[in-house]
Amino acid sequence: MRKIIAIIVLSVLVLTSCIEEDVPGLQNTSVSLNFKHDWDGTNVSNTDFNSIQYFNENNDELSIEKLRYLISNVTFHKSNGETIVVEGYNLVDVTNDENLTYVLPDQIQVGTYSNVSFTFGFDNTDNIHGAYTDLNSASWDVPGMLGGGYHFMQLEGKFINNVASDQGYQYHTIRAVDNTDPMNLVFQDTFFTVNLGEVIVHNNSSVDVKMNIAEWFKSPHQWNLNDSNSMLMSDFNAQIKMYDNGQNAFSLGTVN
Amino acid sequence: MKRALGILIVIMVLSCSKDDTSVSKYVPTPLALEIPSLFEQKIISPVIPFNNPQTIQGVALGKKLFFDTILSADHSQSCASCHAPETAFTDASQFSGGIDGDFGNRNSMPIFNLAWNYDEKFFWDGRVFSLEHQALQPVENPIEMHNTWEQVVDDLQAHSEYPNLFQLAFGTTTISSELATKAIAQFERTLISGNSKFDKHLLGTATLTPQELNGFNVFMDETKGDCFHCHGSDNNPLWTDNVFHNNGLDAVFTDIGLGEVSGDPADNGKFKTPSLRNLLFTAPYMHDGRFNTIDEVINHYSEGLQNSPTIDPLMKKVAEGGVHITTQEKADLKAFLLTLSDHEFINNLAFQN
Repeated sequence: MRKIIAIIVLSVLVLTSCIEEDVPGLQNTSVSLNFKHDWDGTNVSNTDFNSIQYFNENNDELSIEKLRYLISNVTFHKSNGETIVVEGYNLVDVTNDENLTYVLPDQIQVGTYSNVSFTFGFDNTDNIHGAYTDLNSASWDVPGMLGGGYHFMQLEGKFINNVASDQGYQYHTIRAVDNTDPMNLVFQDTFFTVNLGEVIVHNNSSVDVKMNIAEWFKSPHQWNLNDSNSMLMSDFNAQIKMYDNGQNAFSLGTVN
Repeated sequence: MKRALGILIVIMVLSCSKDDTSVSKYVPTPLALEIPSLFEQKIISPVIPFNNPQTIQGVALGKKLFFDTILSADHSQSCASCHAPETAFTDASQFSGGIDGDFGNRNSMPIFNLAWNYDEKFFWDGRVFSLEHQALQPVENPIEMHNTWEQVVDDLQAHSEYPNLFQLAFGTTTISSELATKAIAQFERTLISGNSKFDKHLLGTATLTPQELNGFNVFMDETKGDCFHCHGSDNNPLWTDNVFHNNGLDAVFTDIGLGEVSGDPADNGKFKTPSLRNLLFTAPYMHDGRFNTIDEVINHYSEGLQNSPTIDPLMKKVAEGGVHITTQEKADLKAFLLTLSDHEFINNLAFQN
């Protein structure tokens, strides 16, 4: 009898020993964020870059040559107040058509969420100077003299200035810093939370996140590129205005 | 009963085995890259193709090929003729002469840290993907080695040593251009430069002078040099973004660089950002070697910028010729740049013939 039991036990072991993955839970699923871009409703991709064709609120005509930005800590909010934070970040690189889809590293429970949010940039806990090898390799860091950490966004291109010449602009957002006294830097937070609103997560959900690039130049500060176009990283007031304007740049698109 | 148990145990063992048991065959000895600790800390891993792993025998073969004039049609030039160790694997000429005395229109590029070229686009204009494919071109370029790979393979195959060296590196005496360039690429990936004074400063084993530190601040200051957006930083020891930019050299292009490769006029006048390591050894500078000194390069960015439709937005104040840093700032910046010189690299016997 003991031999029969031993054979049965071994048989079970044979049948189960090579199963490497757990049977996936029925309630958890993969979720991806797809980053879409437009200029006041007109789709923008890297094929639209390098051509001066967009008008901002100030009627400056401009092109886009580079657009990269960082989002982090996607969070799912339940109506009961519970939150699920997906630690991690994604450097959206529109210029090179890379990371436009961010497959969240964690599985998410299927269901209805009262809000899905993420951080634009890094919060101060995550914004650790030199800590991320992939971001260092992408030359995404901020000089130590400006407090270090990482860029939040790099938007670059050219505009037609007030003497009718093409001129470059570099709309780079970082944590605002007043470096008037290099030995006593004064910071103001400019990362912000983007709230997308209610999202119903299905199996293998795909969530479109839209950025209206024009919003960065629109409201509440009508951006005049003739006045502010370069060396904005160390411009404390410019960083605060960028932060203000970015609040309305993102919205929820299609959810599948 | 014992027999049944034995069979079950054998089934258990075999059923979990993912690899077929194969007849033992020759495998060259793996060779890990010697990655500087700063690189380990700061940036992501180097690119090593899965189908061309680094091996002791492959690197040795690649080194021999790199320094062997057998690759050129008249057996007068090797890779090292234009990529010499003492000049950080470039040469001192504006344009390098080929075997027929012809000259191209591009400056020979230095060779180091190429395994960290993540996009794997090589040459000034990025026309070739992968280091292995890059190594194919100079041999057949009529203004360089002016040979054919068929001839090279014949010569190598008839050589007294090479068939055996290919056997050791790749397990076959049948030589091909694919295997030859794989070996050369393996050797080139070992050419790692990561031991400059500035590297030691970051590791706490060297101290920069006040002038060198001032120069680093000019380099990192967006309102002054603003070099870091394209040329790395204390967090990116490659000192290049390996991306293509129009850095304001010309108002009218005689060489359109990346634009020739991509066919996109928006890429006209763009060339790969070179690393700022080892500038002490790599003059002249720029894709066409137009600047003989580091001072000339700094002057270009300070007040010599030329406007054109594709100039990079990071080339600020182009209407005024540049950002106009002071004479003292220029001297400081140069002092900093020279701290990126890696004397150990150019004197490393492992990299020499």
